[in-house]
Amino acid sequence: MLYVDLTVQGLVQGSMYALVAVGLTLVYGLLRVLHVAHAGLYTLGAYIGVLVTNATGSLALAFVVAIVVVGLAGMAIYRLLYEPILDQPPYVPLIASIGLFIALQELFRLVFGPYGLTFDQPPISGSLVLGPLRLQWVQVATLGAAAVCLGGLAVLAARTRVGVAWRATVNDRQMAESFGIRTIRVRYLNFFIGSALAAVAGVLVAMLNNFVEPTMGAVPSYKMLAIIVLGGLGSVPGTLIAALALGVLESFGTIYIGDLLDRDAIAFLFLIAMLMVRPRGLLGKV
Amino acid sequence: MLGAYELSVLTLVGINVLLALGLNMITGFCGQISLGHAAFYGTGAYAAALASKSGAGFVPALAAGVACAAMLGVIVGLASLRVRADFLAIATMGVNFLFLGVVRQQDALGGELGISQIPGSGLGDFGFLLAVLGSAVALFVFSIYLKRSWMGFVFDSIADDEDTAQVLGIDVARFKLVAFALGTGAAGLAGGLYAHYAHIIVPDAFGFTVSITILAMVVVGGIGSNWGVLAAAVLLTLMPEALRVISDYKLLLYGGLVLLVMRVSPGGLAGLVRLALRPLRRAPRGVA
Repeated sequence: MLYVDLTVQGLVQGSMYALVAVGLTLVYGLLRVLHVAHAGLYTLGAYIGVLVTNATGSLALAFVVAIVVVGLAGMAIYRLLYEPILDQPPYVPLIASIGLFIALQELFRLVFGPYGLTFDQPPISGSLVLGPLRLQWVQVATLGAAAVCLGGLAVLAARTRVGVAWRATVNDRQMAESFGIRTIRVRYLNFFIGSALAAVAGVLVAMLNNFVEPTMGAVPSYKMLAIIVLGGLGSVPGTLIAALALGVLESFGTIYIGDLLDRDAIAFLFLIAMLMVRPRGLLGKV
Repeated sequence: MLGAYELSVLTLVGINVLLALGLNMITGFCGQISLGHAAFYGTGAYAAALASKSGAGFVPALAAGVACAAMLGVIVGLASLRVRADFLAIATMGVNFLFLGVVRQQDALGGELGISQIPGSGLGDFGFLLAVLGSAVALFVFSIYLKRSWMGFVFDSIADDEDTAQVLGIDVARFKLVAFALGTGAAGLAGGLYAHYAHIIVPDAFGFTVSITILAMVVVGGIGSNWGVLAAAVLLTLMPEALRVISDYKLLLYGGLVLLVMRVSPGGLAGLVRLALRPLRRAPRGVA
């Protein structure tokens, strides 16, 4: 039974990784920018989720506010920070992004206090018993929400005109432009959707842990980079596989090799080993 | 004479100059971005601390630190032969987390508590400061020499266009490894000095934030520029001290500054100075 428990925990964790990492991989696919500050948006989403739920008592409203505010914040980051430095060498936006992330974390600490916040009352409680398996409802909700979001994204990308424009732009921006696609809009959309997904993940993680703190984005921010690299930078299916695999791997790893390495190091050990075998990622184009 | 506070601040300045110049050799000269410099710093510190505690003298302990760090550096350098650019940045970041993960769980290395009661250098506070500053100056002079030397030229070509360099008959792999060995060796020296300065080392002193801080010194100074990196290492070490009054906002300002430099002048301080020194030549306006 331990195996099933570990797998479920790993999948819950992995689906959260997936929601955050997809936004990151979308940004990378389009702009070739490693958007570290993405994890700052995830933290922002989590704070909004807790604050709005506590103020109004409505979890649904919290999700809406978090999605809209964080989505707009993501667009603002693109416009104010990345757009002017896109033609610089890749380390320039990377380091600018790290700078922004540090500043955001500090801002959260100064504005919301260093000790973190909790929900006045956990919005979802209780657990679901399936034979010998015991799942908390909040875990089920998390898995469901992640599946809905990612499924929606897949439909958007595959079935709609916007999605076609989006994929065309990622593939070849110049060609897309010559076919009349306004690629600037695609970029804004990209940042809005990616950031909104991070916000959803933030609220869900806040519910899972019933806790948000200023530094909650620190470990995810770097682990997300590992995941999108594992998935082959810019590849959405690769990112999903890498996120879920890493979630499961970590939950087993902490039990079996936890004495040798801590949880965060496992992700990077996996990453480095993988990069040596496939230097361009799991599903990366060689 | 200098007070204890000034002594310790100046020692930290020297150590940070060593770290930044070392990273500049890898990232600035040779173009291999590294986000894990603190791992080599930490390796040097742990090796020197263990050597020193087992009775080796100050200088042999430092040598052990340099040797271990450079050895790890060459191993990571081997990775740089396989992965490039963004992938290398992430892989080196991984090295940093892996280093922490390993060190934290090893009882022999003291786990979370680290290693304490590391003997002093035996040079006295002022003598030790001179040793640190002397090493920093020596590395700076070497760095200037290296940049102008034939090898510096080769590094430049690799940073510019690895494939072309290879076609021209340059043994790219060998020179990359040399750059890693030099830069990480310098970090090892800095680590050894830090261990003897602080007398206690803990894993958190070599975390990813430290790597970023070192990288920030290099890019704020102007990647590849010796004078710029020197100036930035000194400034960014002194700034938090000067800002102690508003210490609550220290990191906010730090992050903001890094962000602003990248946004406004990606060439760093060196880029700004270069721009200011050429008002007569009508250069095209590159940066706003």
